Amino acid sequence: MKARNFRYIRPASLQEAYRILAGSDGEAVALAGGQSLLATLNLRLSAPKLLVDISELKELVDQSCANGHVRLGAFTRHRQLLESELVKKHVPLLSRAATHIGHVAIRNRGTLGGSLAYADPAAELPACAVALGATIEIGGPDGKRDVLAEHFFKGLFETDLRHGELILGVRFPVQQEDTRIGFAELARRHGDFPLVGLTAVATLQRDSIRKARLVYFGPVDRARVAQSVSSAIEGLTLPLNPSASFELEIEKDLAAEDAAGLRADTKLRLATVLTRRVLNSLSGAADS
Amino acid sequence: MTESNNALLGEEEVVIETILNGRPLKHRAKARQHLADFLRHEIELTGTHLGCEHGICGACTVLIDGRTARGCLTLAAQASGRRVDTIEGLTVSGKLAELQEEFFARNAAQCGFCSSGMLLTAYELVSSEATLSRAEIREYISGNMCRCTGYHAIVDAVEAIMARRRRS
Amino acid sequence: MSAQAASPTGIGARIPRRELKRLLTGHGRYVDDIKLPRMLHVCFVRSPHPHARLVSLDVTEARRAAGVAAVFTAVEINPKCEPFVAVALNRPGHRSAPQPLMVTDRAVWQGQPVAIVVAASRAEAEDAAELVVAAWDPLPAVGDQLQAIASDAPAIHPEIADNIAFDFTLESGDPTKAFATADIVIEEELRFERQTAMTLETRGLIADYNLGDDSLTVIHAHQSPYQMQEIFSHHLNIPAHKVRVTAPDIGGAFGMKLNVYADEIATVVASMLLGQPVKFCVDRLESFVSDSHARDHVIKCRIAVKRTGEITAMEVDDLGAIGAYGMPMRFNVAEGMHLAGLTGAPYAFENYRARTRSLYVNKNLIGMYRGVGFPLACVVTELLTDLAADRLGIDTLEFKRRSYRPKSSLPCVTAGGQQLDSVSFHECLEKLARLMDYDALRREQAELRKHGIYRGIGIATFVEPTAHGPSGYGPTGAWVSSHDGCTLRLEPSGAIRCTTSITDQGQGTLTGVAQIIADSVGLSVEQISVSGGDGAVGPYGGGAWASRGAATGGEAALRAGRKLKQNILALASAITQTSPDQLSIVDGEVINTRTQQPVISLAEIGRIGYFRPDTLPPDFEVQLSVTASFVANDKMYFMGNGVQASYVEVDTETGFITMLGQWAVDDCGRIINPLLVDEQVRGGIVQGIGAVLFEECVYSDDANLLNGTLADYLVPMASEMPDIFVDHVETPERSTQLGAKGVGEGGLIGAMGSVWVAVNDALKPLGAKVRHQPFTPERVLDALARARKEAAE
Repeated sequence: MKARNFRYIRPASLQEAYRILAGSDGEAVALAGGQSLLATLNLRLSAPKLLVDISELKELVDQSCANGHVRLGAFTRHRQLLESELVKKHVPLLSRAATHIGHVAIRNRGTLGGSLAYADPAAELPACAVALGATIEIGGPDGKRDVLAEHFFKGLFETDLRHGELILGVRFPVQQEDTRIGFAELARRHGDFPLVGLTAVATLQRDSIRKARLVYFGPVDRARVAQSVSSAIEGLTLPLNPSASFELEIEKDLAAEDAAGLRADTKLRLATVLTRRVLNSLSGAADS
Repeated sequence: MTESNNALLGEEEVVIETILNGRPLKHRAKARQHLADFLRHEIELTGTHLGCEHGICGACTVLIDGRTARGCLTLAAQASGRRVDTIEGLTVSGKLAELQEEFFARNAAQCGFCSSGMLLTAYELVSSEATLSRAEIREYISGNMCRCTGYHAIVDAVEAIMARRRRS
Repeated sequence: MSAQAASPTGIGARIPRRELKRLLTGHGRYVDDIKLPRMLHVCFVRSPHPHARLVSLDVTEARRAAGVAAVFTAVEINPKCEPFVAVALNRPGHRSAPQPLMVTDRAVWQGQPVAIVVAASRAEAEDAAELVVAAWDPLPAVGDQLQAIASDAPAIHPEIADNIAFDFTLESGDPTKAFATADIVIEEELRFERQTAMTLETRGLIADYNLGDDSLTVIHAHQSPYQMQEIFSHHLNIPAHKVRVTAPDIGGAFGMKLNVYADEIATVVASMLLGQPVKFCVDRLESFVSDSHARDHVIKCRIAVKRTGEITAMEVDDLGAIGAYGMPMRFNVAEGMHLAGLTGAPYAFENYRARTRSLYVNKNLIGMYRGVGFPLACVVTELLTDLAADRLGIDTLEFKRRSYRPKSSLPCVTAGGQQLDSVSFHECLEKLARLMDYDALRREQAELRKHGIYRGIGIATFVEPTAHGPSGYGPTGAWVSSHDGCTLRLEPSGAIRCTTSITDQGQGTLTGVAQIIADSVGLSVEQISVSGGDGAVGPYGGGAWASRGAATGGEAALRAGRKLKQNILALASAITQTSPDQLSIVDGEVINTRTQQPVISLAEIGRIGYFRPDTLPPDFEVQLSVTASFVANDKMYFMGNGVQASYVEVDTETGFITMLGQWAVDDCGRIINPLLVDEQVRGGIVQGIGAVLFEECVYSDDANLLNGTLADYLVPMASEMPDIFVDHVETPERSTQLGAKGVGEGGLIGAMGSVWVAVNDALKPLGAKVRHQPFTPERVLDALARARKEAAE
């Protein structure tokens, strides 16, 4: 399947990029890693008139640590989440999640900014950003602004990005001593989009959950904190009582629908199992 | 406020300037042409294959700046300013020789359609000098679809090279 | 017993395949790699509906689009082609509606070609295709066999009111009585969802019609250039000797590239109309709605067993949904027929009934795909016998030991009418048990069950009819030849050039042929070049189908080699004045068998034979080019057999299944190249595992394909596949000099059986039964839920 015709431009500066994107009446899209965009173009699922290649913009490249936060530029490749000592040490959830993103070749090209801007509800990084309480730095023709990740994802493939804006970078809180993270997904094959996935960031006091942010991906309409479950598990001791079930809460937090070959009730059941497994395996390290 | 005239911005046809298989190349391409089609049809390097054109099968794998990438999910235009290496170049330079010999000896290829992509992915893996378990090797090549071999002989080939490098 | 190789690269040698030197270096030459001058590119407009009336079709704007040479519809294309009515002449009652190349007024499957756009590039053809305006009036679609067979089902074709393509029953003994009087009857209903072969290289061809001399050349990714020569000739009215079909390197075929496709023939017609080469390479999205599909069966089956363990009867009742038309040449009733014939084959029982009905549905055509019904027979047989063993409290391996046909009972004819002679059930089973350490795995399974970990072991025996003889297709009227041949030419250099009628899509048959020639003549494979796939050059034959390459093509090569050797020795005798019975050929030299000394080289033979016959006796005839053919006139097939085992773990909370190991012992007769055979078995196994665990064409209730991308149609990738251990028994085929049987499909056949049994074995303690392939997590969880419900009641 060959893509429809479009024009291509590679701006040399951020301001130029904003100008092009803002002035295009919605006919221009930003091209970052291209791993999602080019697939949809090849499948003729969308028809932008202009592709704006933002790979030359140095402002989008960053890996730094300041004020208790790790800042990653929007053009951080998924591969770098696995390779960066900074990320592995201070935001290990991202390293853990990255092993599940597609396959090696996808991770070599796909970007953090691209993944967040695309806002696929089945994707790992939007969920991690929300679970970690990350802040998304946005730039545009009208200047810069910060948006908390949990406010950034508005709906199915819908974000707070306005016309002409780009994600510049993301600030992630550095992992604390009492922080425990969990990540798991149930996918038919390694690297597939999951049937259901869960990322969890919790603070523990001995074995007791003081506070938790659980974010599901897959059978949801957007990345957001699963409020019902996250509240329900506060105060509980790990490992969980085997009879503990959060089915009702999970059902509230998911947007599970029947699909051919995978009913809503199956998704719910899988999410229930996954929740228990993730909570019972919370840890502080990047790869345990 | 200037009038929006983005209909004129950008190009439908671009000039690619790249280092292809170690040599400078300057060539025109349609903006919409992906890198795999550019290599196959404009440059006539047909060793890179197309299996799906939506990024799943890995048959179109090339190296961009030394790292594997799906040729169907990269525009030719994006390769401008980058280094691109294909099965042909990596064969001529001898970089794939060890892998090709192992694949050959073990019949780790049958129809050959996945082999270019599989070899490049395996090359990236063994170049990392890591020693992986069979399960980890399988995970590394899990983005390259093979319909003929069942993967076992491919894993054997990669494992053998890793073991040899570890010994020496 | 392995044959002693006369040459270190001969029969039995574990040598690599020479073709890989090209294929591993990016020097393969597949259809899409080939350019011809003035070549145009094709894109089809296809029906988006499974069943709809075409109200109007407007191609005017498309014809004006940039780069477009032509847009053709049924108006231009259909009259050029004799319609296909794909029925077997020897099957009274086999019905199919005539299949046009392009939709005329009604589309009967989603994907059926409506218009063909021919342009300077595929991209421009796709752009123009979007400008074709088609108005449709959707009609009720018949989506599956149960719908199709209902008494109130709409008829997809008015001339076939009940949607039945073929209704076949075979019966032997008295199954009714046997079931009525049985101690134990186990009855099951099994579902096999539709699959697609998913070759990594999609279908494709370049059609080049020469207006100068009215000849047609087609470069075709097809397993049988000969069949397609007949098709193009008969249906497009071109004399066969002016049709040349050649197959280049092919990126996987598995039977799918054996079928006859309307879109491919339409491409040829386009070339005829334009007088230019026209290339059609299917893209991945359209492959899902245009490649022939496979499986799609609902099978009721049962087994009758005595308390002593003796099997007294089996029965199958099959409904296969074969798509909207019969498959020309290959007949898509074959899956059901093979199920009917092969069920129960490894076991001796007299009472049997099999009924198979092939139903038309508004879906893509079913065609040939690796195994063709034999995997279904294996699943039915091995699941039922495993359940019987379980019911009787006998270990499944022990049950098989007791129940397999003993060697002393061979040759025999099974209750399903199949001929078994040189099969080796017990030998394979014992070898398998040792290979996998069966007892240790059973102990491990038992131990882990105590801890709530559910692992399963599945053993599956299979028979594999290969290299079918002319009695298969001949009486059907199909232009499918079971005859294969080999031409050998000694070169003046002393090397040998071979042209064979068998073709190679990766299985290595060409290397196998080289090894056979190496042995039968007496030189190294390095001195032999083998080419196949050009339908106009060399002997006529069958190409690649039913795993015939080694068995028949190899036999022809063996006979040709021996004939050439004879002729070489005759010439050597004339030159050296030595009697031919004192001469042989070793390593490219004619030697004196008494002294073991070389007498004259093959190069010298070539030089004298071709350039200096003036030095030979006047009446001596130099014959350094020979052709031999082989066909087993009266033989149904060469029957291989084997047994496989799967070790799996089922996560009973999520329904996910993990493959822990796979073992196979295969008997394909004399092994030409163990390296290539092992890899064929492994490749087939992974397709079998894929079938049971992953692969499914998912449709909506109204027959719309929902998962037509590679992201959604799940082909096994490396992470989910186990290590696969292969061993062999060699019981040579007795009817040929070579003794080889086919081996290409056994991997898939046995693996489907062993994985089915293993997963159900894992769930036995919980009473859960999975009977619907593929075993998705949801189907496994539903089975577990049903079992819990039954237990509670």
